[in-house]
Amino acid sequence: MDNNLLEVKDLHVNVEDKDILKGVDLSLKPGEIHVIMGPNGAGKSTLGYSIMGNPKYNLSKGQIFFDGEDITDEDTDKKAKKGIFLSFQNPIEVPGITLGNFIRNALEQQTEKKIRLWDFKKQMKGALEVLNMDMSYAERDLNVGFSGGEKKKAEILQLLMLKPKLAILDETDSGLDVDAVRTVSIGIEEYVKNIGGSLLIITHSTKILEALKVDKVHVLVDGRIVKTGDADLVDYINENGFSFVTEN
Amino acid sequence: MAKDKTIVEDVNRSMYDFRNEDKDAYRFEEGLTHDIVEQLSKEKNDPEWMREFRHKSLDLFNEIQMPDWGPSIDGLDMDNIVTYVRPKDSKMSATWEEVPDEIKDTFERLGIPQAEREGLAGVGAQYDSELVYHNVKKEVADQGVVYSDLESALWGEHADLIKDHFMKLITPNDHKFAALHGAVWSGGSFVYVPPGVTVEIPLQSYFRLNAPGAGQFEHTLIIVDKGANLHFIEGCSAPKYNIANLHAGAVELFVGEGAKLRYSTIENWSKNMYNLNTKRAKVEKDGRIEWVSGSFGSHVSYLYPESRLVGENSTSEFTGVTFAGKGQNLDTGCKVFQSAPNTSSFINTRSISKDGGISTFRSSVVITANAKNSKSAVNCESLMVDDISRSDTIPAMDIRTPYADVGHEAKIGRISDDAVFYLMSRGLSEEEAKALIVSGFADNVSKELPLEYAVEMNNLIRLEMKGSIG
Repeated sequence: MDNNLLEVKDLHVNVEDKDILKGVDLSLKPGEIHVIMGPNGAGKSTLGYSIMGNPKYNLSKGQIFFDGEDITDEDTDKKAKKGIFLSFQNPIEVPGITLGNFIRNALEQQTEKKIRLWDFKKQMKGALEVLNMDMSYAERDLNVGFSGGEKKKAEILQLLMLKPKLAILDETDSGLDVDAVRTVSIGIEEYVKNIGGSLLIITHSTKILEALKVDKVHVLVDGRIVKTGDADLVDYINENGFSFVTEN
Repeated sequence: MAKDKTIVEDVNRSMYDFRNEDKDAYRFEEGLTHDIVEQLSKEKNDPEWMREFRHKSLDLFNEIQMPDWGPSIDGLDMDNIVTYVRPKDSKMSATWEEVPDEIKDTFERLGIPQAEREGLAGVGAQYDSELVYHNVKKEVADQGVVYSDLESALWGEHADLIKDHFMKLITPNDHKFAALHGAVWSGGSFVYVPPGVTVEIPLQSYFRLNAPGAGQFEHTLIIVDKGANLHFIEGCSAPKYNIANLHAGAVELFVGEGAKLRYSTIENWSKNMYNLNTKRAKVEKDGRIEWVSGSFGSHVSYLYPESRLVGENSTSEFTGVTFAGKGQNLDTGCKVFQSAPNTSSFINTRSISKDGGISTFRSSVVITANAKNSKSAVNCESLMVDDISRSDTIPAMDIRTPYADVGHEAKIGRISDDAVFYLMSRGLSEEEAKALIVSGFADNVSKELPLEYAVEMNNLIRLEMKGSIG
C-alpha cells in the first residue's frame, strides 16, 4: 500500500438507501493509468462521484486515501485542492462567469495565490491551442450554450490548466464524434506526458484509450470489481463483451 | 447525506456600514408641521409656487392613509423622522478639492473619485440632503445638456420647464409618501437633454443618507427632449443606524418623441431603512424607456418603477434584481400603463431570498382600449437560497382590448446541488460556489450595467452570500 496515490478500501456507497457500491478496492500509483469498465448501472460513475465527495452519495463503509491521507470524509473543495479532478459526464452550465474567469478563480482558490493576468493568458493560450480551441471560448459563460463536444473540451481545458495529480474522467468520450474524440485524446495525452498526471478513466468505449499506455483495467459489475487485468483486457472485452464475468 | 436547514450568520456589512460623526448644524425638531415646512421652504429659498406646493402637499400627507396592502411599515414612526439634515459648510462644489474633508472621506470609501477618473460624465453626489459635489464635464455642457441640482435650477434658465413638470407625473395625491415628498423634498438632480442630442457617457449621481433619524427626499427630474438619448445612473448606499430610517424620493422621467432614456439604479440601503420610493416615466411617440434596477438592503421596500406609454410605438423595458436577506421584506416590481397603439413592454426580473428574507414580485400591466396591437411580456424568476426564505409573485394584468399580445412567465427555483458540487470539484468553497451561482442568476441586470457597477453589484451579492454555509 506504500506510495499509492489513490487507495480505495472496501468502499460501500448507497444513494437514497439503494446500495450501489458493495465493497470496492482499488489502488493506483503515481503516473499510472487505470481504466474502469463495466456494463450500464454497474456503479462506475458512482465510484467517480464518491471519490470526489458528492454529498448525494452516502459512504456507508470503507475508506479513501489520497497521497497517504485519509480523505474519506473530506469536503469536495478540499479534495480538489489536494489534487483530485473529476471530469463530468454532463458538465453544468453556470451563467454569469466566463470559462476563462472561472478557471482563473479556481486556480487562485487552489493555489491561494493571485495569478497575474499576463501569465494566466499565456497559459490559457497554450492549453487552448492543444485542444484546437479558439481564444473566444474563454470569453463565453461557463458551459452555457456549449455543444456536448465543447463541454467535454472545456473539461479537458480545465484539466490542463488546474494540473491535478489525479484526474477521474467520467465518460469523457461519450457522445463525441471522431474528431472531437481525437482532440480530447490529445489533451489527455498532454496531461499525462507533460504534467505527469495519473488517470482513472471510466468508459464504455475504448477509442479514447488508443493513444494511452494503460496500466490496469478493472471490470466493475454490480458494485464490485470482478476482474482486474492489464491493457489486453480492453481488447478482450471489445470482442467478447462482459458476458465472461456476468455469467458466473 | 441529508442536509440540515441552512443556517446563515448575519452578513458582515462593515465594508458599507461606516458613518461620520453627526455634526450637523441644521436639525429641525422631530415631527412634521406647517411651521417646519415653512422653515424648510425658507432655507431652500423656494419660489413662491414651490412654497405653496409644499404646504398643500403637507395637508394631503395628513389626510391620506398609510398603505395597507404591502409589507408592514408599522415600525415607521413619522414623529421621529427628522426630515431635513444638511452637512455643515457644504454648498455646491465644482471641484473635488473644494469638498470638505470629512465628506470626501466618505465618498472615497464609496469609490466615487475613482469612478470619476474612469471617465464619468458628471457627478452629482448627495450627502444627506444637500448636493455637495457636482461636476458636469465640459463637453456635455457644450452640447446644451443641463445637469444640476434641482434647487438652483428652480431659479435658473429652465425654471419654467421645471414648474411645468415638477410632480406632474407623480402627484402628491398619489399616495401618502408622494405627499410627504411634495412637502419636504430636498436635493436631487435636474437633467435636460435638448432635442437630437445623444449624451455618449452615462450621467451619474450617488445618493447617501448619513444622519441618524434623517429621512431622505431627493427629487430627480429628467427631461429628454425629442430624439435625444441619455443614460442616467443612480447609485445609493446608506450606513446603518438603529432608528427607523425613511427614504421617500421621487424620480420623474419625461421621454420625448423618438427619445431614449436608460435609467439604471443600484440601491443598497442599510437594513433598517424603509425605502418607499416612487419612480415614473412618461414616454411619447416612438420613445423608449429602459429601467435597470438592482435592489439591495433596506428593511422594507416598496418599489415599482412605472412606465406610462402614452405615445404610439413607445416601448418600455424593465430589468431588475432584488435580494432579500435576513429581516428584509422587499416588495418590488414594475408597473406599465399602455394607452396608445403599438406600444410594447418587457419586464424581466430576478429575485433572491435568503436567511428568512421575503421577496415579493409585484407587477401591474394595464393596456387600455385605445392601445390596439400592443404587447407585453412579463418574466419573473425567483431563487430561494435556503428553506426558511420566502418568495411571492403577484402579477396583475388589466387588458381592455382584444388586440393585444400579453404573456406572463414565472419560475421559482433553488440552487442546484449538482451545480454546487460541480464548482466545488474545482476547488471553490461551498460559499464561493453559491455566491457564484447567485451572481449568475442576477446576470440579467449585471450584463446591462457598466462594468464598475456590475463589479460592485457582484461584490454586494458576495457580501450578502457570505456565511451561507449549509
